[in-house]
Amino acid sequence: MDTFVQLVINGLMLGGLFAIISVGLTLIFGIIRLVNFAHGELLMVGMYLTWLGTTQLGLHPYVLAPPVVLALFVVGLLIQRFILQPLLDARDAHVQIFATVGLSTALINLALLVFGADLYATPSSGVRDSIALGPYRILVGQLVMFVCGIAVVAALHLFMERSYLGRAIRATAQHRAAAQLMGVDVKRIYMVTFGIGAACVGLAAVLVAPIYPASPTVGTYFVLTAFVVVVLGGMGSLHGAFIGALIIGLVDSLSGFYIAPDLKEVVIFGLFITILLLRPTGLFGLGRGSE
Amino acid sequence: MLTLHDVQAGYGRTTILHGIHVEVRAGEVVTIVGANGAGKTTTLRTVAGLVRPTAGRITFEGEEIGHLPPHEVVARGITLIPEGRQLFPFMSVRDNLRMGAYTPHARDRMRQTMDEVLDLFPRVREKLEQHAGSLSGGEQQMVAIARGMMARPKLLMFDEPSLGLAPIIVSQVFDVVERIVQTGVTVLLVEQNVFRTLSIADRGYVLENGAIVMNDSGAALLRDDHVRRAYLGI
Repeated sequence: MDTFVQLVINGLMLGGLFAIISVGLTLIFGIIRLVNFAHGELLMVGMYLTWLGTTQLGLHPYVLAPPVVLALFVVGLLIQRFILQPLLDARDAHVQIFATVGLSTALINLALLVFGADLYATPSSGVRDSIALGPYRILVGQLVMFVCGIAVVAALHLFMERSYLGRAIRATAQHRAAAQLMGVDVKRIYMVTFGIGAACVGLAAVLVAPIYPASPTVGTYFVLTAFVVVVLGGMGSLHGAFIGALIIGLVDSLSGFYIAPDLKEVVIFGLFITILLLRPTGLFGLGRGSE
Repeated sequence: MLTLHDVQAGYGRTTILHGIHVEVRAGEVVTIVGANGAGKTTTLRTVAGLVRPTAGRITFEGEEIGHLPPHEVVARGITLIPEGRQLFPFMSVRDNLRMGAYTPHARDRMRQTMDEVLDLFPRVREKLEQHAGSLSGGEQQMVAIARGMMARPKLLMFDEPSLGLAPIIVSQVFDVVERIVQTGVTVLLVEQNVFRTLSIADRGYVLENGAIVMNDSGAALLRDDHVRRAYLGI
C-alpha cells in the first residue's frame, strides 16, 4: 500500500510537468489549428539555455525561469512570424505542419553541431533533495513541477476567460473572419499564441533540466507523451490537457513499477491507440464541427 | 464619407466587380440591390478589407483605405455585420458584445455603449449569459447587429440581415435597422428584401454582373420599371 501511494504521488507530480508541456501544445493546436512537431525541440533549446545559465553564470536553475521563459516566448513569436505566417495562405494547410517537422530536424542538428551528442547535466542544486511526508518522500523538484503545473493552467485559464487579449484569442479560434471584423489582428494573435505555447515549454525546460540531462533528442521523449496527453484530454482543451496530464503521469508511474519500466511506453501508447479508436475527441474534446 | 472609385475585385483569378463607383455620404442610408452573385457581398467585403481590390480606389473620410487589413478598417470606424451572423458560438452573448468593442476607441466606452445597445435590444439583454450558438436564428441576428453597434461605427454595413429568417423576424430586423438609422449612423445596406430596403433608403445602386447599372433615390428606384420587373416581380 505504501508503495502504491508513493507511486501515485510520483505520478501526479510528473503529471504537473506533462501539464505544462501539453497546455502549450494544445493551445497552439486549438487556436492556430497547427500540430507543432517542433514542440520537443523548443524544450530542448530551453534545457540547453538552462544548462548554459547554471554552468556559465553560476545561477540556480529556478532563477533562470524568467529569462528562459521570455527567451522562448520571443523564439515562438519569431517562428510564427517568419516560418509559419508566410505559409498561412498556402493552398494546403499541411504545409505548415511539415514546416514544424523541418524546424524540428533543423534544431536537433543545430544542437548536434553546437553541443555534440553528449548529455549535459544541469547542476541540481537542491532540486533533488527530498521532503519526507510521513512514510512518503517527494523531491523538491517534483513538488515544484506540480505546483507550477497547476499555476500555469490556472493562469492561462484566467487569461483566456478574463482578458481582452485572451477573449480575442478564443474568438479567433471560433471564427477567424468574424474576429477580423471585430478589429482583431489575427496574425498578431497567432504570434502571441505561439509565443505563449513556447513560453510554457520554456518553463518546463527549466524544471526538467536539473532532473534530466539535456541532449539533442531529449524533446522527443517528453513531447511524444505530451501528444498522448493532448489527445486524451481533447485537442485544444486546456483543462482537458491538465486532467490528461495527471492521468498519463499516473499511468507512467504505476505501469513503470507494476508492469515493467521498459514497457511503460507500450502502455502509454497502447492507451493512445485505444483513445483514438474509442473516443477520438478525447475527454473534453469539442467534437466535430467545432470551429 | 465613403467613395468607391472604379473598384475591381474578385477571388483568385475570378473577377467579380468590374470597376464600380459607389458613394455614401455622412448620415445617409444607401442600399445596393442586385441578384444573387451580382457582387453585393463582395463589395462590402472589399470595403471591410477582407477582399483586396485589384484596381481602383476606396477612400473613407478622404483617406485611401483599399490597402488596409480588416482590423485597421474597423479602427477607422467602418463595421461590417456579415451575412450569416458569424457569432462566436462558444462564447456568451455578453462576450460576443465585448468582442464587438475590441478596437481601442470602442473599448474605452464599452460600458456606456453596452447600456445604449441593450436599450435598443431588450431581448438581447435577457440572453446575455447564454452561449451565442444556443440562440435561435432571429436572436442570433439581433446579437450580430448589437455586436456591430458595440464598435461605435461611423459607417455600419449590413450584409443580408434578414436572410433565412421567418417573415415576422424579418420585420423586426427592419424595425431595428430603422431605429439604428434614427440614431444618426450612416448605413450601407445590402438586402434581398428589395421593397422594404428601398423604402427606407435615401439612395440605391443596382448592381448587375459586377457593374452598377443604375443609381437613384430609393423612391425613384421603387417606381422604376426595370427595378419593378427584375427585383419586385411586379
